[in-house]
Amino acid sequence: MREAASVRASPRGRLARLRAAAFPAIAFRSGAARGPADSPPSSGAPESSAGSQPGSGRPGSPPDRPRPGSWWRIASRWHLALPRLPRLLPLRRGWRRRLRLLSDRWSRSLQLRVVTATLVLSAVVVSVLGYVLMQHLVTELYDVKVQSSVNIADAGLASASGIAAFNEERNSSTRQAMHDLAKQLASTGVTPYALEVTLPAADQGPPVYSAGWAVGFYRSPPALPQALVRKLLTESAAHRSPWQVWTSMAVASGPTPVPGLLIGASFGYDDLYQLYYFFPLAAEQHSIASMQRTLLLVGVAVVFLLVAIVWLVTRWVVIPVRLAAQGARRLSTGQLNERMEVRGTDELAALATSFNEMAASLQEKLQELEDLSQVQRQFVSDVSHELRTPLTTIRIASDVLFAARQEMDAAAGRSAELMQSQLERFESLLTDLLEISRYDANAATLDAEAVDVCAIVRQSADVAQQLAERRGTKIEFRLPAEPCIAEVDRRRVERILRNLLLNAVEHGENRDTVVTAAMDSAAVAVSVRDFGVGLAPGEEQLVFDRFWRADPARARTSGGTGLGLSIALEDARLHGGWLEAWGEPGRGSVFRLTLPRTAHGELPGSPLPLNPYAAGLDTAELPGLADLTLTAAADDTSRSGAHPHAVARGDDAGGPVEPATSAGPGGPRAADGAAADAAGSEVAARG
Amino acid sequence: MKGRVLVVDDDIALAEMLGIVLRGEGFEPSFVYDGDKAMEVFREFRPDLVLLDLMLPGMDGIDVCRQIRAESGVPIVMLTAKSDTVDVVLGLESGADDYIVKPFQSKVLIARVRARLRRTDDPAPETLTIGDVTIDVAGHSVHRAGEPLNLTPLEFDLLVALARKPRQVFTREVLLEQVWGYRHAADTRLVNVHVQRLRAKIERDPERPEIVVTVRGVGYKAGPG
Repeated sequence: MREAASVRASPRGRLARLRAAAFPAIAFRSGAARGPADSPPSSGAPESSAGSQPGSGRPGSPPDRPRPGSWWRIASRWHLALPRLPRLLPLRRGWRRRLRLLSDRWSRSLQLRVVTATLVLSAVVVSVLGYVLMQHLVTELYDVKVQSSVNIADAGLASASGIAAFNEERNSSTRQAMHDLAKQLASTGVTPYALEVTLPAADQGPPVYSAGWAVGFYRSPPALPQALVRKLLTESAAHRSPWQVWTSMAVASGPTPVPGLLIGASFGYDDLYQLYYFFPLAAEQHSIASMQRTLLLVGVAVVFLLVAIVWLVTRWVVIPVRLAAQGARRLSTGQLNERMEVRGTDELAALATSFNEMAASLQEKLQELEDLSQVQRQFVSDVSHELRTPLTTIRIASDVLFAARQEMDAAAGRSAELMQSQLERFESLLTDLLEISRYDANAATLDAEAVDVCAIVRQSADVAQQLAERRGTKIEFRLPAEPCIAEVDRRRVERILRNLLLNAVEHGENRDTVVTAAMDSAAVAVSVRDFGVGLAPGEEQLVFDRFWRADPARARTSGGTGLGLSIALEDARLHGGWLEAWGEPGRGSVFRLTLPRTAHGELPGSPLPLNPYAAGLDTAELPGLADLTLTAAADDTSRSGAHPHAVARGDDAGGPVEPATSAGPGGPRAADGAAADAAGSEVAARG
Repeated sequence: MKGRVLVVDDDIALAEMLGIVLRGEGFEPSFVYDGDKAMEVFREFRPDLVLLDLMLPGMDGIDVCRQIRAESGVPIVMLTAKSDTVDVVLGLESGADDYIVKPFQSKVLIARVRARLRRTDDPAPETLTIGDVTIDVAGHSVHRAGEPLNLTPLEFDLLVALARKPRQVFTREVLLEQVWGYRHAADTRLVNVHVQRLRAKIERDPERPEIVVTVRGVGYKAGPG
């Protein structure tokens, strides 16, 4: 009675509170009412999107009930419900490096890619399946609930209509009847609310509650959605079936509003009375939440199980592949006995078998090659011995004949001379050929010891010095004062330098040869410079070819075998060193030998420049070149663009050019003006 | 002049040719064509020098070299067709004093033979001391702490060359010229191998030599410090 009185006493205040309780008048129409579990409702959120449920036969759109028409909302809720993936790596510090590591790992590990793909795909599939399943379950659940609720409401309405007190004009017994009705209709979980309500005059303002009785609400009378009340008042006469709306109300269990289904209908005399039922959906919500949890758990478990299975399966496949890769790597480093374990008869076993066959055949081939090399080596050795012994006899015989040539007649004497000289040539050719074939058979060995390379430079110059003397030229040494100690094979280095020096003197066009040596912490270098015809572009490589000749028409003067530079290159390579050539037509050539200072050491660079011009060396310091470059430059400018060609100096005219002084390396050596003039006049440019 | 040369070579033509040249130079050659008979003839002929081919039928030249060295310090000059380090060093280590690579000129052969026979000229009485090693140059004997040491003539020459100028560093080239009689730079392995052989005989610990000391990158010298 007290509650009813209060309703009547301040209907406006009640309604104000209703509004404040976030049940906006048209919530049921817009479907935008917030669920109770969401953030606190804002009182001033009247809905304007009246057409959000176009064509819907139902007056309200339940805010908490997932319906096919509101997929997006449900989807968004489900999205929030999905477990968030933990961050795989803390990328704050050094994230760039980690990212690179990860991407490296990603591109290198098939297993990682497969497992990740499985994780992503199975997560998507399980999510979709779970969503559909959940959707279905929820729909079923709510449909059942709605049906039973409507049935209860219908029954209640029928019994209410049958009460006589309501079918006549209001009188004193009506209030009691309402009380009785509410009490009569109340049963477990059912909250009837019978009330009398009228529209205010001229349909303005909120409906006017004159009396009411409710059972099972937290506060009585409960706040009702005003719009529903008004709707029942104005429209219910047309069709007498109950209206329903999804809303939240505070029931007996506590002050917090719980979501539920509110069903209301008008009845009685002049539809003056209204009966409401509120069916809380707490139980349904609870079961839905529990189903959600279960589904989520199962989904996550399924995903992880799948990932684990895929991880295991790929491991199964990947491990033999990895083993094969490892085996192949070991095989490639020369461990020819590497084999894979063959288990079963499946594809992996086939892989292992093929791998083993490959390894075996590789081993066999290598063995064959090794045998062949051994045979070759033995052959070289045998040829060496077999050829050398008779050659020795011939040689000594020739010596004897040569010594006695004065006693022979002219023809026989000359023959003895020719035989002697050609035997020498034959000998050096044989020596060189055997040396080359030793390299070809990989039979050359390095016999390294710590020696002074600069001393070797001087020692190996003797033969070239003799040739230079015969030609009236000089070999100028520019060697560092301190010894250039390096671990080298003395015999081979001597041979290289002897070859380079002879080559330089021979092709020096009767100009001097400059030998420079330098050393740094890792390497020792010797460069041999001549100022002869030089090398045409591309010939820097060709000079090291076997039997290569710059000019096939040109006769050999010093009887080189044509193998000298090839052998020198091989000798340098055996040391782990470099032998390089530089040359320009008319500017002479440079051969630079660079050797590591420790046997089998690494060469970071050479202490000497290869191209003397690129290094910014003053050409004036080079003996005999000042005039040469002068005229070459003049030649160049007079015939613009033409390549400066070899500038030869007639032997008869000037003879060999003597260096003005013998200043040390780097010492300035100004060209004598008169000499330069004289030289210039003697020069004839070749076209 | 002593000039008995034993030529051990299986190549009859070469042996004959060597004989012609050696006789022409006033030597008295004798020939063996088989390794197995080499020692027999060696003992019989008692040569002043042996020219030994390394590749022989029967006993190997290396083994012949070892056997001769076991009995005598007579100079041995190897004739070899192989100039590979391994072969040469093996020959030198088995006791040869010098080697000539085939093919060679007759004057080279004669020069080497003469160089090896040269040191028979009587030297003046002279006694040298390095550490605890005493060298009687004229008496051609070496003692360490009173114990006589058995050196070959070549080893003796090498030691004397070093000991005459103690503490002076000899390059390998200088030693080659002084001891072996080479005019031009030649194979310095000769020096290395013979220094090793000499050390094995005269040093207390050949791994840490005190009498013939290596000067890294330069050569050798006699005496410590």
